[in-house]
Amino acid sequence: MIAILKHELRIYFHSLTAYVFGAFLLVFVGIGAMLYNLQAAVSNFEFVLGFSSVVFVVIVPVLTMRVIAEERKQKTDQLLYSLPVSTTKVILGKYLALLFVYLIPLCVIAAYPVIFSQYGDVYLVTSYGSLIAFFIMGAALIAVGVFISSLTENQGLAAGIGIAVILFNYFSVSLAEYVSATAFGTAAAIFIIAVLLGWIIHHLTKNNTLAYGVSLVLMAVTVAVFFVDETKFEGLLPDIMKKLSLFDRLDTFVNGVFDMTAIIYFLSVIVFFLFLSVQSLEKRRYN
Amino acid sequence: MISVKHLSKYYGEHLAVDDISFDITEGHVYGFLGPNGAGKSTTMNIITGCLSATDGKVLIDGHDIFDEPDAAKKLIGYLPEHPPLYMNESPLEYLKFVGEAKGLRGAELSAQVSEVIEKTGISNVKNRRISTLSKGYKQRVGIAQALLGNPKVIILDEPTVGLDPIQIIEIRDLITELGKTHTVIFSSHILSEVQAICDQIVMIAKGKLVAFGEPEELQKQLLTPNEIILTTDAADIEIKKILDNVEHIAEIDVEPSESEFTVAHIKSDHDDIYDLSSSVFRAFAVSDRIIYEMSLKKGNLEDVFIELSENADAEPAKSDEIQEKDVTVESEVDKA
Repeated sequence: MIAILKHELRIYFHSLTAYVFGAFLLVFVGIGAMLYNLQAAVSNFEFVLGFSSVVFVVIVPVLTMRVIAEERKQKTDQLLYSLPVSTTKVILGKYLALLFVYLIPLCVIAAYPVIFSQYGDVYLVTSYGSLIAFFIMGAALIAVGVFISSLTENQGLAAGIGIAVILFNYFSVSLAEYVSATAFGTAAAIFIIAVLLGWIIHHLTKNNTLAYGVSLVLMAVTVAVFFVDETKFEGLLPDIMKKLSLFDRLDTFVNGVFDMTAIIYFLSVIVFFLFLSVQSLEKRRYN
Repeated sequence: MISVKHLSKYYGEHLAVDDISFDITEGHVYGFLGPNGAGKSTTMNIITGCLSATDGKVLIDGHDIFDEPDAAKKLIGYLPEHPPLYMNESPLEYLKFVGEAKGLRGAELSAQVSEVIEKTGISNVKNRRISTLSKGYKQRVGIAQALLGNPKVIILDEPTVGLDPIQIIEIRDLITELGKTHTVIFSSHILSEVQAICDQIVMIAKGKLVAFGEPEELQKQLLTPNEIILTTDAADIEIKKILDNVEHIAEIDVEPSESEFTVAHIKSDHDDIYDLSSSVFRAFAVSDRIIYEMSLKKGNLEDVFIELSENADAEPAKSDEIQEKDVTVESEVDKA
């Protein structure tokens, strides 16, 4: 695992990736700090983090797009499979390297509140609390990016899907207001999700029975619940969209609440997507 | 060393490897031979743990590649069909990474890296970017990677494909050199190559094991009916009359000819072709007919290869017979 970690870090620092990622993050947080802390003279650094979280939409996919896709394209994944290193360790090594690249600009950012506090009253607890949440949320997005990269061997496609997914997540709370809150609308949405899920399962496992099975069972359950108790579906879809939003949970921290459930949510997202990435790598061995 | 038991692999509906079993013993150079798409790469990928098997077992020195992958993989060095190289690194950086991933550290790592660089002859390019190297050198870096960690078995998948003739010779020499210290398995669809380097041949066609043994052994046993080609002044009917009393003649074919010479193909069902040729010679001498030219048509591995590849469907029982036998089996293919 250490070998993979070191190797990945060398790749990031030999290419522009790590520098571009760091520079973008610093520039964005820098602009935020200019606008909020310097120009508007607000002493809350956490607002800056809330503002600059949008930069993840672009920089996370750019950072993670090559992590597995490129290995496949260059056929170097064969080497990883033949080495006496388990796929879990490969994914963990790669993920830790990404976190390391991500931590470096954060260390620079961590100095800002201290610097600002020299010139006025800065409530450091919320600043650093939000910074921790900012780090863990970014880490969760990176885990999502790793998984997306493991689905394709085309870096560009991985980046594109990554941007779409994170952008959707970013706006999901605002979008939730526009989606249908009626029971029928939610049921229809679940139908579409069932079809998509079936398609994804089919794509991943090439197992028709499993894909159709999952799809049809989900649809049947939806129909059953719909006829038994229609009210269960009311407002469900917007609710789910709000709950799934990672960015929405960061706002809680920005507003001064250190929300442990959010931290646990972020950590579960990390574990879930890393697990999926390992499965995605393993699956290639079986196909 | 390596024991493959009833290995099968399906890609969806397609059966790529069909119940293959064989044993590989230490200290030989094995050649995996088969036409493209025969299942060579699939078999190698399964042996090295890069691919799962649908059915069957692979034991490396007693360690199951699926149950104890770490222990088993440490015993194998593998060069896949496409050398898995990171193009932006230098061979030195790349080999250090692979060595580390194989569990080497510190002084041992540096020592082994310089040793494999020496062995594969890449010391003059070790600091250049891999992407700028020629294909032959890339292949060498790939082989160097396989040698790290001092594995007992080196598995090379088509190491000479796409190289120019000089590079091919160099890689072949390198394999021969490696064969002195390691067990080497390499695959190829080029017969002469396997014939030149290997002391054991594993022939695969359409996912089945069709032959296993020493090249000479295979060649000797797999000969198609032996044939004598004869140029004489006797005519068609006369030849048949002369050879009437000669034993072991299966068939006589006479080429239609306008000239005074007749060319006859005498096919034999006898093992010792010289027995037959001397009888033929005597028979002609007794009849006072002249043999202008007499040559033996020996089957070579090329013919055997083509025949076996074509017959892979027809003789499923053959590979079973081989499986029952111990280690360096003599080929049973001639029975078929």
